Amino acid sequence: MRQQIPLLITFIVGTLLIVSVFIPPFGDLETTFNIWFDIIAVFAFFLGGGNLLRVHINKLRKRKRDWGFSIVTILGFSVMLIAGLFKIGNPGDIASAVDAPGSLFYDIFNSVQYPLSATMYSLLAFFVASASYRAFRAKNREATLLLIAAFIILLGRTPFGVMLTGWIPDSTSLLQIPNLAIWIMNSPNLAGQRAIMIGIGLGVISMSLRLILGIERSYLGGDK
Amino acid sequence: MEHFALWLSAFLTLGILSFLYKDNPWYKLSEAIFVGISAGFWVVTLFWDNLVGKFWDGWQDEPMLFVGAALGFLMLLRLVPKIGWISRWPLAFIVGATSGLWLMNYLASNIMVQVMATIQPLFSTGYASGFDAGWGAIISSLVIVVGTFTGLVYFFFSKEHKGAFGGAARVGIFFIMITFGASFGYTVMSRMSLLIGRMDFLLGDWLGMIG
Repeated sequence: MRQQIPLLITFIVGTLLIVSVFIPPFGDLETTFNIWFDIIAVFAFFLGGGNLLRVHINKLRKRKRDWGFSIVTILGFSVMLIAGLFKIGNPGDIASAVDAPGSLFYDIFNSVQYPLSATMYSLLAFFVASASYRAFRAKNREATLLLIAAFIILLGRTPFGVMLTGWIPDSTSLLQIPNLAIWIMNSPNLAGQRAIMIGIGLGVISMSLRLILGIERSYLGGDK
Repeated sequence: MEHFALWLSAFLTLGILSFLYKDNPWYKLSEAIFVGISAGFWVVTLFWDNLVGKFWDGWQDEPMLFVGAALGFLMLLRLVPKIGWISRWPLAFIVGATSGLWLMNYLASNIMVQVMATIQPLFSTGYASGFDAGWGAIISSLVIVVGTFTGLVYFFFSKEHKGAFGGAARVGIFFIMITFGASFGYTVMSRMSLLIGRMDFLLGDWLGMIG
């Protein structure tokens, strides 16, 4: 019962969506299911938020290592929640958009969330640089190809690349680094991308079939 | 207030960058704020956009939206250990819907479209235009056909990569390596531009050292 009903739901929903492609009146099913999907996602995020609080409150209670930072996380979560759900400081009160300029939610996003996320991702530039060092040591033919392609793409998108090979005459303009970068993107890179995309497509189809037919059941967890 | 926001942004930006030295309390503080604020941001955004915008404002016209809301509610039952197993129903819906949608979409966009785009005339610009393609276009088309085919051969693991088949797979690896190199180059550039943006903020907006 605990396994059969979810398997039946997966089978019916999956089959209906496949069939709906072939029967035009059912075409709206995709839109309807997408909206349901979005509504369920809200509850999933509620669950995630609740879980975040549970984990950090537990850490706090047990005075685990770095428990002080858990207070900060809980405070940050609560402040954002209160500012957004009650639309504090919104120019048009509760009827206006949650991210209306001038609201507390908007200010926190701009002065805390945005700089933090941009810096977090920019930090990766340093780690990528260190990874490049390891990857760019051309140990074999494959690594050399990776190195050359990455190097040409990097140079081709910068003014330095234009300057470096700008003297090459137009009759052999393909040898100019920016043009070479475009050719790599549009030919060998495209071929590799296509092979990868077709491979992914075949993988997704086989996995989807396994799920719809109930062969793959790992998403249901155990028997409890 | 504006001044405070600027200093707060700079304080948090430097806090995250301080990780380059080593893991430290300033970084941990910034990280803890990031986790809390981000989680709150997404819960609030989805609440207003999806729950209010799609369900609450639309259920009068479309009562079937209650099914979606009911499934969402069932997901919360995970918090009640005795009947937590019911939360598998919305999960099963999500898995079924994703499988059904992706099966058809990937078949159309990742397979049919890509195969059709690869099977094109090599020596002409169209099916009815004769041998009118230039050398550059012919070589590029050949590279695409050979690269796609050998790349697919490389991904075929049901047969041992030996002999002619192995040779084709080896050519496929070369194309895939070029693809990885190109993606790598793009990733480096996007991260660098983010870093330049943050440096621009610190040195320009905050310290006013650059115009």
